Amino acid sequence: MRIVNHPILGKDTDSQWVTINVDGKILQAKKGEPIAAALLAAGIRKFRITAKEGNPRGIFCGIGRCTDCIMTVNGQPNIRTCITLVEEGMVIENQQGLGKWSDSK
Amino acid sequence: MKHRDAVIIGAGPAGLAAAVEIAKAGGQVTLLDENNKPGGQLFKQIHKFFGSSEHLAGTRGYNIGLQLLENTKALGVEVILDAPVHGIYHDRVVSFSHKGKEQSIDAQKIILATGASENTLAFPGSTLPGVMGAGAAQTMINVHQVLPGKKILMVGSGNVGLIVTYQLLQAGANVLALIEAAPQIGGYGVHAAKIRRAGVPILISHTIKEVWGNDEVEGALVTQIDKNWQPVPHTEKSFDIDTICIAVGLSPLTELAWLAGCRFTYIPRLGGHIPIHNSDMETTVPGIYVAGDITGVEEASSAMEEGRLAGIACAQALGLYDAKRALILKDQVWDRLNALRTGPFGEGRRQAKEELLNVL
Repeated sequence: MRIVNHPILGKDTDSQWVTINVDGKILQAKKGEPIAAALLAAGIRKFRITAKEGNPRGIFCGIGRCTDCIMTVNGQPNIRTCITLVEEGMVIENQQGLGKWSDSK
Repeated sequence: MKHRDAVIIGAGPAGLAAAVEIAKAGGQVTLLDENNKPGGQLFKQIHKFFGSSEHLAGTRGYNIGLQLLENTKALGVEVILDAPVHGIYHDRVVSFSHKGKEQSIDAQKIILATGASENTLAFPGSTLPGVMGAGAAQTMINVHQVLPGKKILMVGSGNVGLIVTYQLLQAGANVLALIEAAPQIGGYGVHAAKIRRAGVPILISHTIKEVWGNDEVEGALVTQIDKNWQPVPHTEKSFDIDTICIAVGLSPLTELAWLAGCRFTYIPRLGGHIPIHNSDMETTVPGIYVAGDITGVEEASSAMEEGRLAGIACAQALGLYDAKRALILKDQVWDRLNALRTGPFGEGRRQAKEELLNVL
């Protein structure tokens, strides 16, 4: 959920938007924000499934250290979504286990 | 290869402050950071800082960050972002990757200002989406203006737990409770009072027993613990929540100091293994300095002062200041640092820091 009117930071008015594709769903994301923020804004919190136990994982540290939030982005697995910024037309997939490399990049 | 008087790794409060000091003295500085923006964790600090006017008390953290960035720019500090450092060699060559290329800088002096990362806590359900670091939640609400959840349980009553609870309320979330395993609140009373006035109960001597949910956090069971940290029977409370924020301390990010061959000591009060350094912030490897949370977890104000100290010491070692001038400047910083390390919370840190300095 986006915070539209913050008591200290004020209203977010001058944002530009890009379109991203998340598991086949088209979402609007704020230009310059990390993928993880765009997903949280859309209420998506399950980013991947672990390889061994098949358990869900989401964002934990938010600063690129823990690698819990990795997803497959534009066909490349294991992308840290908390520090990777959204781009127009980006294709983001919930990652199953270690993920698979796709031919197209 | 590029040659620089100093390379600073980490463009947070400590690194920025250090860069300003060396550049002010006339040194050529390159500041490297793995992130795509400088400022470290300063830009999520939307609260006003404490201390005296010398410590910029009353100024919000992000404005302090903006001020530091302006200073580095005005002084011609080179800032390279998206530049994770992966090598520090014996001849003080720093290697990093940037824009898909390996690059190296030959540095006369190196300052490690890599900061710290949040600790985690293990309990059944602790890996479910919705369990996150309090700092991560703070980044989401204050930098990206996105709420990580609506109904939140905060774990840990240090200043991070207290401040982030208040900021979650400001962002429009509902914080159902803050729990603390110790029998007393860890952070400043003024922060605790603020969230209590806002109606958030603080439960001391309480810990998480388990968290449940189908793919995401849906609830948590909390229990009281006795003075031996054992659960007290029949004290369990369940919370209908979707998010748990973990604020149980931080650990210094010391990998590069290990890599460089710095000698370490172990001081739990400062967050664990800390590179040994002298009062100039120089480690056991000549020419490699440390500043900020890597030398023990404190807060941004002391990180900036340590950065200044390391910067002045580097400038002196580079011959940019004579001993007399450097001593005056360093004494000024030490006065401000000691002022920050007073009172019921600062005193323990001051003692731990003294212990660290006495290792050498």
